[in-house]
Formats: sequence, C-alpha cells, structure tokens
Amino acid sequence: MADEPKIKLTEVAKRFDEKVVLDGVNLSVEPGESVAIIGGSGTGKSVTLKCILGLLKPDSGSVQVDGQEIVGARQREIEKVRAKFGMLFQGGALFDSLPIWRNVTFGLTQGRMRHAGEMRKVAEENLERVGLGREILNLRPSELSGGMQKRVALARAIAPRPEIIFFDEPTTGLDPIRADVINDLITSLVEDLGVTALTITHDMASARKIAHRVAMLYNGRIVWHGPRDRLYDSGNPYVDQFVQGRADGPIR
Amino acid sequence: MTDGPLAPFMKAFAAIGRMVIGLFAMVGRVALFTVTTLIRAVTPPYYPSRFFAQLMEIGWYSLPVVGLTAIFTGSALAQQIYTGGSRFDASSTVPAIVVFGMVRELGPVLCGLMVAGRVASAMAAELGTMRVTEQLDALTTLRTDAYRYLIAPRLFACVIALPLMTLIANTIGIMGGYLLAVYKLGFNASAYLASTRQYLQADDVEMALVKAAVFGVIIAIMGCYNGFRTAGGAAGVGKATTDAVVSSFMLILFSDLIITIVAFG
Repeated sequence: MADEPKIKLTEVAKRFDEKVVLDGVNLSVEPGESVAIIGGSGTGKSVTLKCILGLLKPDSGSVQVDGQEIVGARQREIEKVRAKFGMLFQGGALFDSLPIWRNVTFGLTQGRMRHAGEMRKVAEENLERVGLGREILNLRPSELSGGMQKRVALARAIAPRPEIIFFDEPTTGLDPIRADVINDLITSLVEDLGVTALTITHDMASARKIAHRVAMLYNGRIVWHGPRDRLYDSGNPYVDQFVQGRADGPIR
Repeated sequence: MTDGPLAPFMKAFAAIGRMVIGLFAMVGRVALFTVTTLIRAVTPPYYPSRFFAQLMEIGWYSLPVVGLTAIFTGSALAQQIYTGGSRFDASSTVPAIVVFGMVRELGPVLCGLMVAGRVASAMAAELGTMRVTEQLDALTTLRTDAYRYLIAPRLFACVIALPLMTLIANTIGIMGGYLLAVYKLGFNASAYLASTRQYLQADDVEMALVKAAVFGVIIAIMGCYNGFRTAGGAAGVGKATTDAVVSSFMLILFSDLIITIVAFG
C-alpha cells in the first residue's frame, strides 16, 4: 500500500470535437505530496483536473485514485472516490444563495438543512483554520472581498476532511500579499492535515512555495517534471521559457 | 460535391439538413434531460426546504402579476363580448363566454405565460450563472446531485403552483368580467352570477388544472435545461434566459392546442 501512488494518470487523452486538449498525460502523485501543474492558459490544466474529479470523461487512458480506476467506473464508484476529494475552484464557486456557514458545511450536509447548531460550530472551526472569524458566519458570499471568498472556499473544501485537495489557480486575481496568505494556508494545510495536494497554476512564486514537485503541461502532454528546486535550472527549454516569462522560445 | 453549378443549391440543402438534425438533437437532449430529472426527482435524497422556498418564489410572488393579468383580461373579455355580441341575448352570452373563455383557455394559458416570463427566465439565469461560475461543478465535487438539489424542487413547485394559480386566475378573471358587466354595463348582479354558475362546469375546471400542471412541467424543464447547458459567460446567461422564455412560450401554446384538440375536439 505504501508505495502505491495516491493519484496515477496514464496516457490520459481528451479532445473536444476536433481540438485535442490532452494528448497522453502521465503523472503520479504520492500520498502526502504536493504537486503543481504549471502551463499556459488553454494547455489543458483544468481539463486534467476535471478528468480526475470525474467531471469530464477522458477519451482514453487511465485515472487511478488509491489504485481504483475511475475511467469507465460506475457512477456509484465515482461518488465513493469523490468523497476523498476537496476542490478549491478558481473563482471560489461559493453558493451565493446560502450564508457562509451553510457554504462551509455544504460537503457535510449535502445541502440538507439539518443539524444547524452543530454545523455552525463546524463552520466556525474551519473558518478559524483559514484565518477568518465568526462574524462572517451569517453573511452572504457577495458581501465578502475576493480574497475572503477564496478563504471561505478553502474552508469549504477542507471541512469534510478530504484526503486529496485540488487547487485551481488558487492565487489568480489576488494581490501579491493576499496570494501569499493563500500560499501559506495551502502549505500549512498540507502539513497539518497530511493531505495530498494537486495544484494547477501559472503563478511561479506560488508553485515554488506550495509544491514539492512541479510538472509542466504543454500541448496536452507533461513535457517536464521534477522537484521544485530544479524549476529554474531544469535545462528544459519549455520550462525555461515559461518560468522566465519570455515571449520567444519553443512555446508560441 | 461543393463544385459546379449546383453548388449554391447544395449549400442551401446542407443548411436545411443541419437545422433539421439540430432540431432533432435538441428534442433528444430535452427528452433525456426530462427523463433524468424525473428519475432523480423521485429518488432520495429529497430537499423539502428547497421545495418550499421555490413554492414561495414561483407561486406566491407570481400572484400579483397573474391576478392583475386575469382581472384585466376578464373585464376586457366581458366588454368585447357585450359590444360584439349585442345582436344576441347579451345578458346570458356575456357571463357564459367569460366563464368558458377564462376557465377553458385564458386562465391556464395566461397564467402559464406570465409565470413562464417571470420564472423560467429566473431559473435559466440563476442556473446559468451557477454554471459559468463553476457552482454546478462545485455541487458535484461536494457530492450533491444538481438534479435533486436544484431541479427537482423547482419542478415540483411548478407542478403544484401552476394549477393553484390557475384556479385563482380563473376566479379573478370571472370576477373582473362580473365587475365590469354589473358596474359599467348595467347587468343584473344576481342574474349574472346565476348564469355564471350555470355555465361553470367541473370538466372544464379539471381540464384547466391538467393544462396548468403540464405548463408547470414545461416551465421548470425549459428554465432548468437552458440554464444547465449555459456556456460562454455573461452573454451565455443572457442567451439561456431568452431561450428559456421563448421555448417555454412556444411549448405552452403548442401543448395547449394539443390538449384542447384532444379534450374538446
């Protein structure tokens, strides 16, 4: 069991009509490891994530979570695997019709209006973990700033204590200081809760801070992966161009 | 195939072919969506609090609009029949046609159209926004079924609210006709009511309720379907809203015709 990867993607391919988005992605994530996938916009980072989450069905290839195959699995099996996942969406994706505390505990109640007292307490604990106070419990998501919304979304993702958390562009749209607050939160969550993390980002500072290992996605394939310290001397022309943000190079 | 003198015609045929195929594809998608919704709606978990919230939104808050529409239409109908039908015995034609017109046709149809305008658009806009802001994906990752959580309560609320509101619309419409006839046209109040009662038939009311329930299904399905398959940001939400209203209007009027032909033809 110990040597089994938490997530294992083998030759995952996905296309929309004529457009090939993923062209054989291979990636494995070990338990307790934090991996970042970097790559430009439209290179299939989000699609990769959605294939693992079962929101999209790959055309071919295999996605395994704890050794269990997801591609082609029955809905019931996918549901079971999903119980291990938490997801932080790029825009937060908080439910704007519900107060903050219902949002945070949504994964526990599945939207049912029960155990109000207990759930408020759970919401309070999880908000505290992301550095937010109880005064926002009854507010609506639209009453919070972008950075706070993201933290609430993070609290919602961790409330059911998932084994694996996915972060979709966790720092996009935040100023550098708030972005770093989120980075710190992710780092501490991975350490304290012992979760496995998979982040997609094009923010190099963020990738270097939160990930143990970085993989670069280009043209639907992983063109490089290695430890984060090697990011700036990878010797890979694609990675060099990307991390230095140059317009000229192999990536066009 | 695309060369030669026939090329423009081939292009025209191809365009028509694409439209026909597109239409069938859409009918198939809507049917599949409806079947999925119905199956998920009757299997647990259920969300009663969502249902009551939707019932308030769809039923209660639509009452002013539906009531006003009904009273205006009922009165106008009475005036029209009085003017146009004065050759006949107006004292019995006016209440009779107001009752027939409201209960059989105008009550359910106007109620359906007003609610469609108010509610199908709101559903499409809300679900569409949830789609483009990834809230629907978030629901799935939080292991909540969007069909059961979002659509089933709306469907049940529509199916229950529409018949109730049709009853109210019928009553108010007939009352509008009565008020105009008695206070403007100088009809005898008790004679008007007696004729109204004479022409009001249980069969007609039942048919109105059936129509209203069907319209309720149409409104919920078209609102949710269009919201669900929204793509492309704010413009996509706008398009989904328009599509929801237009398609539910068309389907309401079409199904009204079919039900009327089957029931009264």
